[in-house]
Amino acid sequence: MHSILEVQGVVKKYADKTALNEVSLSIPKGSVYGLLGPNGAGKTSLIRIINQITVQDKGQILLDGEVLSPKHIRHIGYMPEERGLYKSMKVGEQALYLAQLKGLTKQEAKKQLEYWFEKLDIKDWWNKKIQELSKGMAQKIQFVVTVLHQPKLLIFDEPFSGFDPVNANLIKDEILELRDKGATIIFSTHRMESVEEMCDHIALIHKSNKLLEGKLIDVKREFRTNTYQIGILSSNVERLMFQLTQDFKIQPTQFKSIHDELQLEIDLNSKSPNELLQVLINNGQVTHFQEKIPTVNDIFIQSVSK
Amino acid sequence: MNVLSLIIKREFIAKVRNKSFIVMTFLSPFIFVGLAALVGYLSSMKADVKKIAIHDETGLFVDQFENSESYEFQNLSAIDVNIIKDSILSKAYEGLIVIPKKDNLNELQNAVTYVSDDSPSMGLVTKIESTIEDKITNINLLSEGIDLALIEKSKAEVSLNLTKASGEATVKGLNEIKIVIGGAFGYLIFMFIIVYGNLVMRSVIEEKTNRIIEIIISSVKPFQLMMGKIIGTSLAGILQFVIWGVLGGLLMMITTFVLGLETGSTMPTEAISSGAVPLDTDIVATIQSYIGEILKMPLITMFVSFIVFFIGGYFLYSSLYAAIGAAVDNETDSQQFLFPIMLPLMLAVYVGFFTVINDPHGTVATVFSMIPFTSPIVMLMRIPFGVPVWQIIVSVCILFATFILFVWLASKIYRVGVLMYGTKPSWKELYKWLKY
Repeated sequence: MHSILEVQGVVKKYADKTALNEVSLSIPKGSVYGLLGPNGAGKTSLIRIINQITVQDKGQILLDGEVLSPKHIRHIGYMPEERGLYKSMKVGEQALYLAQLKGLTKQEAKKQLEYWFEKLDIKDWWNKKIQELSKGMAQKIQFVVTVLHQPKLLIFDEPFSGFDPVNANLIKDEILELRDKGATIIFSTHRMESVEEMCDHIALIHKSNKLLEGKLIDVKREFRTNTYQIGILSSNVERLMFQLTQDFKIQPTQFKSIHDELQLEIDLNSKSPNELLQVLINNGQVTHFQEKIPTVNDIFIQSVSK
Repeated sequence: MNVLSLIIKREFIAKVRNKSFIVMTFLSPFIFVGLAALVGYLSSMKADVKKIAIHDETGLFVDQFENSESYEFQNLSAIDVNIIKDSILSKAYEGLIVIPKKDNLNELQNAVTYVSDDSPSMGLVTKIESTIEDKITNINLLSEGIDLALIEKSKAEVSLNLTKASGEATVKGLNEIKIVIGGAFGYLIFMFIIVYGNLVMRSVIEEKTNRIIEIIISSVKPFQLMMGKIIGTSLAGILQFVIWGVLGGLLMMITTFVLGLETGSTMPTEAISSGAVPLDTDIVATIQSYIGEILKMPLITMFVSFIVFFIGGYFLYSSLYAAIGAAVDNETDSQQFLFPIMLPLMLAVYVGFFTVINDPHGTVATVFSMIPFTSPIVMLMRIPFGVPVWQIIVSVCILFATFILFVWLASKIYRVGVLMYGTKPSWKELYKWLKY
């Protein structure tokens, strides 16, 4: 897949510490890309470099194959973690101003703004000042301001922190719609589970280094442990356990269920799932059989300890 | 539209729409004129006549005290001093002059007493002293056989004529006019820097506290944002000054008409032009020669230098204000950094008003008119006295070189500072930011 953004060997050092150490990423066009890592890993530094707020010490960044330069500003939409708006400025004026700073003409900006205000049903806010709006209303404006100039690349830093659940959902849907229209989305977050469901690609960053990167499915496949959670109603538990321990590693586990069954976590131990199933079926009624897929958090912890 | 002009426009509009700006702009002239009118009115009011009692045991001095607008002297020599002090003084009189009887008049030099619960004004003390002095001196002269009329006749009065080497006559008091004009220019710059520098700083802090800064600087360079702020704010300031000038002038004229003479003393030219004062031809001639002298000053140089130094000085300082705004999270934290900025400004004003008046081309004045942090004020105060063009050029060059250097340094602090939250930076920290 063609990649919209190439980060190549980027190094960023501050006076006493390294924020990014030879980080390379490739962000495919049309993807929802999760840039994951704990606080202080270097995510925000990288995002600021992509937004040309700061400059890397080494390495380069290509947007659509071109070395990043000020003319690319209008192709990037950025919602920083520290976000806000001019409190005493009117909503409409403010949005027009910010869109014009991104390089839109006033007419273009107005047209886009009307489209979004219509879509989110916030038309009568045009002449209100931000300080008159509720927090949730301001969040909507914040989102509109980010996407107003129809950027090819959208970057959200900790997107759902501070958003109320209703707005968070609304914005999730809008983001996915933008993706479907061809935009590429980068999510940066330390709450790895929060965007897992939306991302198709991820990169893990830890202590200034990239730990891994790839398609979410591939990463998960790579980190699969061949462990299954099973539930079984067995009349002869002793025999079942005996047979299982012959070939598999077992340990007790717990999951929610409506049965009063025996719950186990079983490591295939290089056998196939079918062989496991065979043993189970011979010993009772199987109520639950599911591969334990590692969460991004599991993957992260595993990669860090590696 | 390019981004710089967009930012300038926004800053300008944000400032101008601000309620306190509007109130200040339209209220200040009224307050100012109101105060001026009040002062004029108060000074035109007649002060109460104060009665002073005199107990003169010699009988020589009582007649020497002449009543004036402010003081009325009454002879109470017949009444006992203690009675006056105990019962009369506090009721009817401001004070009591006691002149005791002495055999030798010269002993009186240290024997006269003034009794009063309130401390007397300097004017009164001098008046009493000189009246008694003169009388004693005259008596002494007479006793030595010297004719007082002769002395009066031999007195000469010299009035110095001032001319330049070229032979043109100049007017006395011109230095004062020059210092007033130069001082007004210098003071205007001083005020502008403080007021609008602070506005720039506040506007930077506002963007930080509103947390919009990162969104903005993902679209524009911090340097552009900083310059846009400085220029936009200064335009708002210039507009405010123009409105003040126009409104103030209009109001002054109106009040002058309404109150007639009362503010006339503070605004001689306007009072005269309005024809409210019966004109003495001598006064007209003097005023004409003053105006002639003012016109002879390097007016174009003064005006051009004012603009140039104004721009240089304001930009230099407001870039520092912007850097401070970027470094702190709120205004209270800014105090420790503001002090070092105020220092050279205050120094410039003091040097201007104390050194330039006495010696406009001396070493101190010259040096301070070269130092970029003080030159906008000090040089402007020197220019009416005639400064060699090369000095002005050197000073302007130094100012603008420093201005560029500091804008560059400030933009580095700004670039780092605007993204820093929650840390109260030290000077050491700021130095580190310069190297980021």
